[in-house]
Formats: sequence, structure tokens, C-alpha cells
Amino acid sequence: MRKTMTSLLAGIGLVLACGTSVYAQDKSLTIFWAEWDPANYLQELGNEYEKETGVKITVETTPWPDFQTKAFTEFNAHGDAYDMVVGDSQWLGAGSTGGHYVDLTDFFNKHKVGDVMAPATVKYYAEYPGGSSKYWAIPLEGDAVGWSYRKDWFEDPKEKEAFKAKYGYDLDVPKDFKALRDIAEFFHRPDQKKYGIAIYTDNTYDAMAMGFENALFSYGGELGDYSTYKVDGFINSDKAIAALDAYKELYTFTPPGWAKSFFVEDNQAITENLAAMSMNYFAFFPSLINEASNPNAKNTGFFANPPGPNGDQFAALGGQGISIVSYSKKQDEATKFLEWFIKDETQKKWAALGGYTCSAAVLKSDEFQNATPYNKAFYETMFKVKDFWAVPEYAELLQQLNQRIYPYVIGGPGTAKETLDALAADWNATFKKYGRGQ
Amino acid sequence: MATTMITTLDRSSRAAARGLSDISIRNLFIIPTILFLIVFNIFPLIYSLGYSFTDFRASTNAPANFVGLQNYRDLLGDPYVWSNFAVTAKYVIISVAGQLLVGFGVAMLLNRDIPLKGLLTTLLLLPMMLSMAVVGLFWKLLYDPSFGIINYALGLGTFEWLSDPKMALYAVALTDIWMWSPFVMLLSLAGLSAVPKHLYEAAAIDRAGPFYTFFRITLPLVAPILMIAVIFRTMEAFKTFDLAYILTSQPTAELISIRLYKMAFQEWQTGRSCALAYIVLIMVLAITNIYVKYLNKVKER
Repeated sequence: MRKTMTSLLAGIGLVLACGTSVYAQDKSLTIFWAEWDPANYLQELGNEYEKETGVKITVETTPWPDFQTKAFTEFNAHGDAYDMVVGDSQWLGAGSTGGHYVDLTDFFNKHKVGDVMAPATVKYYAEYPGGSSKYWAIPLEGDAVGWSYRKDWFEDPKEKEAFKAKYGYDLDVPKDFKALRDIAEFFHRPDQKKYGIAIYTDNTYDAMAMGFENALFSYGGELGDYSTYKVDGFINSDKAIAALDAYKELYTFTPPGWAKSFFVEDNQAITENLAAMSMNYFAFFPSLINEASNPNAKNTGFFANPPGPNGDQFAALGGQGISIVSYSKKQDEATKFLEWFIKDETQKKWAALGGYTCSAAVLKSDEFQNATPYNKAFYETMFKVKDFWAVPEYAELLQQLNQRIYPYVIGGPGTAKETLDALAADWNATFKKYGRGQ
Repeated sequence: MATTMITTLDRSSRAAARGLSDISIRNLFIIPTILFLIVFNIFPLIYSLGYSFTDFRASTNAPANFVGLQNYRDLLGDPYVWSNFAVTAKYVIISVAGQLLVGFGVAMLLNRDIPLKGLLTTLLLLPMMLSMAVVGLFWKLLYDPSFGIINYALGLGTFEWLSDPKMALYAVALTDIWMWSPFVMLLSLAGLSAVPKHLYEAAAIDRAGPFYTFFRITLPLVAPILMIAVIFRTMEAFKTFDLAYILTSQPTAELISIRLYKMAFQEWQTGRSCALAYIVLIMVLAITNIYVKYLNKVKER
């Protein structure tokens, strides 16, 4: 017993000692992000900053499923554990109106960030409310949903011949959603354990919304009017209904058990020879061209989300901006870091490390576009992206979307119109509850 | 009886030598526990009761407004919440009944002289020593339609245990049964070994059949301890979160605790989720009380 007590006391002492030693080193900044490769790249970029200025940057991470919960738990407690956070685009509303983010509007205007970064990234990662010219974040990691595909399956002469005989046109990277569907159907051969397509279906966070948005936006549909919060005639328009049915049809060409899949499973679809095409965030494509993580690396190609029947071409936006946490005691140091971060040469370095820069100049450069097989598709996509609602109650809207759309897509009863009408009613009720629109 | 146990202190003990009185020793042991309970259980419980009548959201700076019974009314009028309750009830019944059947059955098998009985019992207890999250992740792999060993062993092809809306809840319950039957088995074994042997001898002399012996001697005598197992498992099954959360995201397997988690920590509807937590608490209390009443009745017999 005494031994236990002694070691317990020693442990407490050690914790205190560590605590004070961290505190003593006041020239340090902590950035909170999710646990994935880009966070490691950001840490490397931070190391460069430390070399230049002596300020130590620590990128702290947590697995994706915890990310939102952990960040907001810290915000709600007004904790200063993090000086900056690389938050999801949907958090802007909650972060700004909740007082968790520092207002960066002056910083934005002073450094003309709006001209440096690609317009869509400024609109979705930084501004809230939409069109208000108030900014809360600096676009950091651009991201959107794109597609990877099996080049070897697509280029097989026998497959090409069979495809042409069946559909009357050449098998190639899909030019529109109809071709996407046809190719998915063509390669869907459960008896050979080969399947057509891998899409997002997980209904726990925003996976389902992201996947469906890819169809919705390219079909010319909208979630609603972001300035008036009107959803009737948008989310349940004919275009939206057609998009939902198209997404539901794609689900029938997925591998078995595809009802809870997100970025991990969709990359597995390519690495494990399951599917011909797979939807995923660009941020997860680096591991697909790496032979160590993808045995089919040489045979993996990439394309941007194809246009819908009317020629509209959009994609669902992922990605994050970096914000200063208002409870941080080192806001000045954090601002200095952001000033350094938006410099052109830093952005170039960021892109070279593997980060998806939002800098318009870097994106447009040939150097960037030819650096990897997917950078060109990324560049094309980043200028035509749309995002989910960013209001503080976005999580309720997401939950309602999951609640309505998920059962329908994976084979539930009802029609697309009934599903989307019900969703519109849910959203109306939620907006009414928070006094929006009217 | 109880008071004498507390107040007598051995005069030659070290505590007495240090001049500690019986009362101060009692307080020394009890007060920290009570303080701990008040700070970490009772206080949040009462505080959250207050929140359940407001529209408070922990993620914003907006002040909490008193909304009366609005949260309770909305929740009890929400068909999704009702479907969560129905799913939970179904899950509790399947999983507790399954555990009782398997656990008691295995205990009956083990309740005889067999070689390596101790080792066998210990091995059978292993599932319940694992962490819920680990069990969830393991079973997710076992159930996998493409490479899972369950489909391979049973020759089910690509049967979708967790993606099939009709099957998902049963799959979760099956995992829970696998994990917690040993617990019921352990309690049943204790109960079975306490049944006096002479009763069986008397029954044998009277030429009672095995069924008669089981229903008239074994079951009634083990019933009280079995009831305790049922109470524990019902309460636990009602609160199941990790296992179901990890295994599946099917709405047909969305237990009430998962809904509660989403409402509280993803949507940050703090006030409303407090109200839901209270509804769940009242339900668990009510069900447990029924059991306890029944348990007392069984004991009286």
C-alpha cells in the first residue's frame, strides 16, 4: 500500500513537472486537427517555421470520429489547450456565433487573403454568414470529393469491346453521370467478386451527405437557398429527386456490406480489387499512388466528379480552414504564424509537402498540376465546389438528412420524392426553431 | 446487529492506539465516498434536470431559456425517438433472453464433476473480460461479408450481417450474448452449487424424472440469483452503446443511447438531450423496480 502511494505521488509529481516545463516554453503554438496524413505534413511545415522563428509548432491530432466532439468539448469549456484549430467548413457557424473563433476580417482585408486563395475556398472555409464579408478562418487544406478508378480494367481490350457492344460507346473515364452508372453496371460481377463502384454511405457524420451532394450538385440541384434558408423547391426539386434516385441506383453496384462506408472503405475498394471506381476525398489519394499502401498503384487513375444530365458539373467540398481559438492566450503569436502561412513561398512548400494548398497562384501553376496524377483533377474541382449548410445547428440538419436519405438509399421503402419532401419538412422545422428565414 | 458491527473497535488495534474513535473511523471511510458521489453523481444529476427544462446548447454563448416541458413534449412526440425505444426494447429482450439461455445452459453442463473444470470455466469467462470496443471491432471483422470467418464457416456466401436492416440488430445482440453469457453462467454456477445435494437424493428416491427435478428443485432454488443476473444484464443492455455504435450504423439498430450521444455531443442540443437522459433514467428505474419487487417475492417463497 505504501509503495502504491509513493509511486502515485511520484506520478503526480512527474505530471506537474512536465506541465510546468511545457508552460515555461512560452514560444510555442498548438494546432488541433484530425489524425491523417495532411496533419503530418502540417507538422513538417511547422518545423520549418520553428527553424525560421524559434516558435515551436505542435500539431495535435485525434481520430476523425472524435474530432468534432473533442474540439467542441474544449471550446465549450473555454479551454486554451489549442491556439489554433483546423476546423471543418461546417463548423464556421458554430465557431463564430459561439464566440470560439477569433474574427479574422481585419487580417483578411489587410493581407488581401481573398485574392490569394481560390474563391470557392474563401467562400466556404472562411466566410460566415455567407456573403457577409466577415471571415473566421484562413483556407488551409483544400479538399473535395473526386474519383479514382482502375486503369487496367478500363484499358483491357476485351472489356472495351464488350462495353462498346453493350452500350454503344467507348469505355473511358466517365463523361457524365450516365456513363458513370453504365460503367458501374458493366463491371458489377458479384460471381467474380468484382463490383462496379464504391460510394459513401456511412450515416454517422457527413459521409452520406458528401456522397449524395456529388450527385445532387451535378444534377443541378441545391440543398436550399443559403441566404434565405428556403428549402422547399430546392432539396425536393425534380433535379434533386432524380439525383437521389441516381445515387440509390449506384448503391446497387457496390460491393456487399457497403452500408457503412467512408474514406477508409472506399480506398480499400481500390486496394483490395473490389471496385472499378471509387469516390473519395482528394486528401486520401496520396496513399493510392503509393505502392506500399496500394498494390494497384500503377493501375490507379483519377477523375473529377462528372457532369449530370444537364451539363452542370460540381463536387462536394471537404477541406478545412485554420482558425485562431478565442480562448488562446497566444493570439498574437498565432496571427504571426498565419501571416507566414499565407506567403506564396510557404504555400509552395505546403503543396510540395503533400498539403492541398488553396493558393490560387500555386493551383494554377503547371508545376503543381503535373506533380501528381490527381492534381489536375483537384485543380479542376476546386473551382466548382459547393458545400453543406454551415449554420451552428448544421449537425441537426446532417442528422435529419441521414435519417431520411440513408434508409432510402440502402433499399428502404418509399419514393425519392417522399424522402426529400420529408427532409424539407424536417429542415423547415429546424430553421424555424432557430428563427432563421421565416 | 449492524450497529454493533460498526461501533466495536478492537482496543489493541493500531487505529485505537492512535486515538481514533469508532465514529471518526467510520466517517473517515464514508465521507470521502459520499462527497465523491455528491460531486460527481448527485450534483450533475440535479443540474442536468434543470437543463432539461431549457433550450441550452453547450456549443453557443446564447443564454439558456426556460422552455418548460417543451423538450419532453417534443421527444415523446418524435417518431424517431419512439423507434429508438422500440429497437432498444427488442434488443434488451433478445440479448438478455439469449444470455440467460446460453449462460444457464452452460452452467448446467459445468455443474458436475468433469476433468479440467476450473480451466474450462476460466476459458469460458474470457469474452467478458475483453473491452466492449475491442469485441465490437473483432466481431465487425468476423461478420464481414467479403472476408469474414462467420460466413466462411457457415457457408453463407456474402450474407450481410451488419448492412442488412433486418439482421443488424440480431447481429449486435448475438455479439452481446457471446460476450455476456459467461457472466450469467458464473452467477448460475454459484446458485447451482448452493442447491443442497440431499434434495436431489430425495427426488431420486421418489423416482422423480429429470424434468420434474429441474422445474421443482433446481430452477426455484436458483431463481433468486438468476433474477440478479437478469437485473444486471437488463440495465447493462438498456445502456449498450459502444458495441452497437462500432458494429453498425443501421437505423434499425440505433439504440436509445446512440441517439442520446448524437443529440448531446454531435448536435450539442444539451437541454433536449438532458431531457432524453431523464426519460431513459426513469424507464430503467421503473424496470429495475419491477424486477426487484419480483426478486423479493421469489426470495420469500
